[in-house]
Amino acid sequence: MGALSLARLALAVAGLGLLLLPWHGLEGGVADIASWPGGAAAPLVALLPGGERWWLWPLVPLLVAPLPALAAGRVPGRLLAACGAGAIAWVFLQGHAIGLRGVAWPVLEPWLGEVRQTSLGWGAAAVLAGAAGLVATGLAARGRFGGDAFIAFLVVGSAGLLLLFVFVPLLTILSAAVVEDGRLAPAALAARVTTPEAWSLACLADRQGCGVVWNTLALASLTGVLSTLLGLAFALLAARGNVRAMPAFRAMTILPLITPPFVVSLSLIVLFGRTGLVTGWMWEWFGIPRTRWIYGLPGVLLAQVLAQAPIAFVLLEGAVRAIGPSLEEAASTMGARRFTVFRTVTWPLLRPALAAAFLLGFVESLADFGNPLVLGGDFDVLSTRIFFAIAGARHDPGQAAALALLLLMLTFGAFALQALWIGKRRYTTVTGKGDSGVPAPLPRGLKFVCGAVAWPWMAFTAAVYGIILVGGFVHDIGRGDMAFTWRHFLTGFEVEWLDGMAFRGSAWDSLFTTIQVAAVSAPLTAGLGILLAWLLARQSFPGRRSLEFMTMLSFAIPGTVVGVSYILAFNVPPVELTGTALILVICFVFRNLPVGVRGGIAALAQIDRSLDEASATMGGGAVQTLRRVILPLLRPAIVAALAFSFVHAMTAVSAVIFLVSARHNLATVYIVGRVEAGEMALAIAYSTVLILIMLAVVLGIERLVGRAQIGRRAVPATPMRAGA
Amino acid sequence: MSDAAVRFTGVTKAFGAVRAVDDVSFALPAGALVTLLGPSGCGKTTTLRLVAGLDLATAGRIEIEGRDVSRLSAAERRIAMVFQSYALFPHMNVLENVSYGLVVGGARRAAAESEARAMLAQLGLEGLGGRLPAELSGGQQQRVAVARALVLRPKVLLFDEPLSNLDARLRRRVREDIRDLQKRLGLSVVYVTHDQQEALAVSDLVVVMRDGRIAQMGTPQQLYDEPADAFVADFMGEANVVAGQVLDAPGGTARVALGGVTVETAMRAHRPGALSLAIRPESIGLLPADDAAGGLPGRVRRAAFLGQTREYEVETAAGLLFVVTQAAAPAHEEGAEVLCRPARMVPLEA
Repeated sequence: MGALSLARLALAVAGLGLLLLPWHGLEGGVADIASWPGGAAAPLVALLPGGERWWLWPLVPLLVAPLPALAAGRVPGRLLAACGAGAIAWVFLQGHAIGLRGVAWPVLEPWLGEVRQTSLGWGAAAVLAGAAGLVATGLAARGRFGGDAFIAFLVVGSAGLLLLFVFVPLLTILSAAVVEDGRLAPAALAARVTTPEAWSLACLADRQGCGVVWNTLALASLTGVLSTLLGLAFALLAARGNVRAMPAFRAMTILPLITPPFVVSLSLIVLFGRTGLVTGWMWEWFGIPRTRWIYGLPGVLLAQVLAQAPIAFVLLEGAVRAIGPSLEEAASTMGARRFTVFRTVTWPLLRPALAAAFLLGFVESLADFGNPLVLGGDFDVLSTRIFFAIAGARHDPGQAAALALLLLMLTFGAFALQALWIGKRRYTTVTGKGDSGVPAPLPRGLKFVCGAVAWPWMAFTAAVYGIILVGGFVHDIGRGDMAFTWRHFLTGFEVEWLDGMAFRGSAWDSLFTTIQVAAVSAPLTAGLGILLAWLLARQSFPGRRSLEFMTMLSFAIPGTVVGVSYILAFNVPPVELTGTALILVICFVFRNLPVGVRGGIAALAQIDRSLDEASATMGGGAVQTLRRVILPLLRPAIVAALAFSFVHAMTAVSAVIFLVSARHNLATVYIVGRVEAGEMALAIAYSTVLILIMLAVVLGIERLVGRAQIGRRAVPATPMRAGA
Repeated sequence: MSDAAVRFTGVTKAFGAVRAVDDVSFALPAGALVTLLGPSGCGKTTTLRLVAGLDLATAGRIEIEGRDVSRLSAAERRIAMVFQSYALFPHMNVLENVSYGLVVGGARRAAAESEARAMLAQLGLEGLGGRLPAELSGGQQQRVAVARALVLRPKVLLFDEPLSNLDARLRRRVREDIRDLQKRLGLSVVYVTHDQQEALAVSDLVVVMRDGRIAQMGTPQQLYDEPADAFVADFMGEANVVAGQVLDAPGGTARVALGGVTVETAMRAHRPGALSLAIRPESIGLLPADDAAGGLPGRVRRAAFLGQTREYEVETAAGLLFVVTQAAAPAHEEGAEVLCRPARMVPLEA
C-alpha cells in the first residue's frame, strides 16, 4: 500500500473518531447511542464548542495540520510522525491527568480547576488508531521500515497494542505491589513478598499448613515428575512396544485439550469425594472409612497429572521416534545387549526431552487455577491465593499483586532454566540422509514395567472421562443414584416455543457469550498472530527483538496474573474495560497470541524466502506478496491458530474468572459457580456440552486441513527433531 | 559507456562488521551476458541481490540503464530474476506463476494470461499452463522460471546459479538455451555462477570476484590467457604457478630463467625481474630428454591416460608441474626423464 493512501486512510479514521464516534465510553451500554450526537454518546466535535472539554482542543490542530499536504498528494514524513505522536501522547496524558474524581496530579490542580471526565470511548480509539497510522506513514516516508508504509503500520500498530495490553498491565502489577494507601512504599513490597503466608515452613515442624510458595513448588514438581514418567511409559509403549492401541492413545491425547481444565476435578470428586462412588464401595466392601483425602494436594495432583501426562506423552513419543535406529543398531553390533543399549544409548538421548516434559508439567501446574480452586480445600497454591486476595472478603490488591509477582518469578525461573539447560542440549540423531534401520524393541522387563504403569492409568483415565460422559444423564451421580434423566440438561438448556424460541435454560446466556467471545477472538488472534509472525520472521526493522520479546512475554505469564493485572490496569479511566465483553476478547487475543505467532514462524520457516523475493522482483509489494503468496501457503498454520484460540477461549478459566461480569459470564466460570453451589450434575452436564462443541470444532478443522497442533505449550520444547 | 545496463559506483554492502561487497565499481554493457564468477563467499550473490534490490547497498550508487535505483525496492527496479531454487509459487499453476508479475503490476487477468501463454509457447512449454510446479521436471521448472522473468520485459535479467539444481547432462543444454535466448532477444543478463566452465561457455564478459572485490574483469579469452594474479589463474582452470626471472620480454617472445635453465616462451611485454609466472598445463610440451630443442629437465612422477588427453605430474627444478597433452602426442612412462617446454607464460601481479 502506498504511503499516501495509507496516510489519507489514517487521517480519515482519525477524523471519524473526532467528528462522529462517541468520544467517551458508553457507561450505559449500547442504549446510550440513542442520545447521539449529544449526551453520553457525544462525539468530541460536539463536546469542544461547549467548553466542557477545553483541554482536548490541541487535538484539532494536530489532526488538521497534515490535511493540506495530504490533499495535495504529498507525504510530509516529519510532520505526519510528529502530529500522530503528539495526538497519541495528548490523549493518554489528558486521560491520566483528569479522571473520574477530578485532577489526578495535584501539581495541575491550580491550572485546571474543577474538571472531571469518564473513560475513553470508540471515538478516542479511532483517533488513536488514525494517529498510529500517521506515525507509521510518517516514519515510512522518512525511510524507516524500508520505506514501506504497510509494514510500518503493522509494526507501530502491533507494538502499540502489545504495549497497552501486555506490558502496561504487567507494570501496573509491579506498581500495585509497591503502593500502600496510595503512597509508594517499598517496605510494603518487601513485607508482602516475604510474608510467612508465602514462605512459612511450619508444616515441617507440626501439622500446620506450609507457606503457599512451598505448596506451589511441591505440587508443580510432583506434577512434573509424575506426568513425565507416565508420559514416558506411554511413549515407549507406543513407539517401541509393538502394541496395537494407538487409537486409544490418540484419544487420550485429544481429550485433555478439549476439556475445560477443572472438569477432571469434578469427576475426581464424584469418584473419590466423601460420598463418591469409589469411596462408597471401599466403605461397603472393605470398611475403609469415608474421608476427604481427595481435597488437597492428592486430588489437585491427580487432576493435573491427568491433564499433563498426555502432553508429556506427545512430546516424548516424538523424541523416542526421533532417535535414529542406526545408533542403537550400532550399539548392538558392538555387542551390547538390549537393556544395555537402552541404558547407554536410548536413555541418554532422551534426557533433554524428559527435562522438557518435566518443565512443561511444572509450568502448567504453576499456571493451573481451575483444579486447585475446585479440589484444593485447605491446600492453597499461589494462583488460588491470588484469586482470593482479589475476590475474597479481604479484598487486597496490593497483596494479590505481590503474590502475582512471586508466581511470575517462579514461572520465569522455570522458563529461564529451560532456555539455559535444554536450549544447549539438542541432539539431532535423524539426519536428512535416509536412516533405514529398524527401531529396537523394548527390553522385556522394561516393557512389563511400562505396561504395568500405562494400562491401569489408561483405565483410570477412561473412568474419569466416563464419569463426565455419564454424569450429566443420571439423577445424582455423586450419591450413586444412577437412574437416567434429562433433568440436568433441561435445567441448563431448556428451550421453549412461545411465539418463537425462548432459551429458558440457565446456561444459555453464558454459553452464547462464550461462543460469541470465542468466535470473535479466534480470528483476531489468528490474524494478528500470523501477521506478527510474518513481521518477525521475514522483515527486519529497528526494535524487532523487543517486539518479539513482548509477543512472547504473555506466553510466560500465568492466567491468574493476567487476570489480576487486567483488573488493576483497566478498572478506571482512561482505559476502562472491566465489565465489558471487549475485555474478555482482548484477554483471549493477547493470551493466545504467542501460539499463533509461534505456529506462523514455524510455518514460515518451511517457506523458502526466495518465494517472497521472487514476488518482489516481479513487482509485488509487501501487501501483494502477503496476500497472494504468503497467506495462501500459510493456510494450515492459520487454521491451526484459529482452532487453538477458539478452543482455549472456550476452556480458559484462570484469567477470565476475574474479568467476567453478570452481563458477560462465561461457560467455564458458570460451571465453577455451579460446583461451588454443589450442583455437580449440572456442572457435568454443561461440561459435556462444551466438550461436544469443541470436539465438533476440532474434528471439523482436522477434516479441513489435517491434524492441527492445539496444545498450548506442547509445541516449543521438542528437543529433538528431524534434520531438514 | 553511458548506456551501461548496470553501473556500480563505489558500492559497499556490509553485514555487521563483514563487508560482503567492498567498494565495487563496474559498468556492465547492455545487451551482453555478464557472469559474476567466484568461489562461495566471494560476494557474487550479494552483488546480484544488490542489482535486484533484494538487499540495499550500505554505500555507493547503483544505476540501471542510467537511472539511479540505489534506494528503490526490488519491486520498483524493473528487473527480473531467476532464482537458484526457481522459487516457483507451489500453490499456483504454471500459467498463474508466469502471469503473476503482470497481475500484481495491475494488468487485467485475461490480458496477463494471454501474454503469459505466448511466453510459454516461445519457451516450448505449450500445454503445461495448468500444471502445478511440483508436476514438472527440473528442466521444465527452470524454463517456467525463465518465462516468468521474461514476460515482464525487464531491463536486466538476473540469474542466480540457474543450473545448480539440474543434472550434469541437462546443464549443458540449458545453458546453451539461455545463451541463445539472450542473443536472440538482445537481453542484458547478469549471471552468477561458481563454475568457471559454465562462465567461459556462455559469457560475453566475466567478472571474477574475491573477498567482496573484483579480482579481474574481461572476456573469457582474456581471463584465461592473461589472468591478473595467481587467484584468477587458478580459478579460471588449472595453472602451474612458478617462480622465475624475466630476462627480457619486449612483447611477443620472451626469455625467462626457470629452474636453472633459460627458456624461450610467448609472453606479453613485461619489465625484467623476478616474479611469479602462470603456465597452463596444456601449454607445456613434453619432449624426450635427449631432444636437441632443450627445455626445463624433469622426471615423470605420475602419468594417466584419460581418453582424449594424457595427464602428467613432472618433477622439475622449478617445482612439480601439472601437464596435459593430447592423447595423440607420444606417451611418456612414469619415471622417464623429459624436457618441459612451456609455449606460453603469464606474468602475475604480486
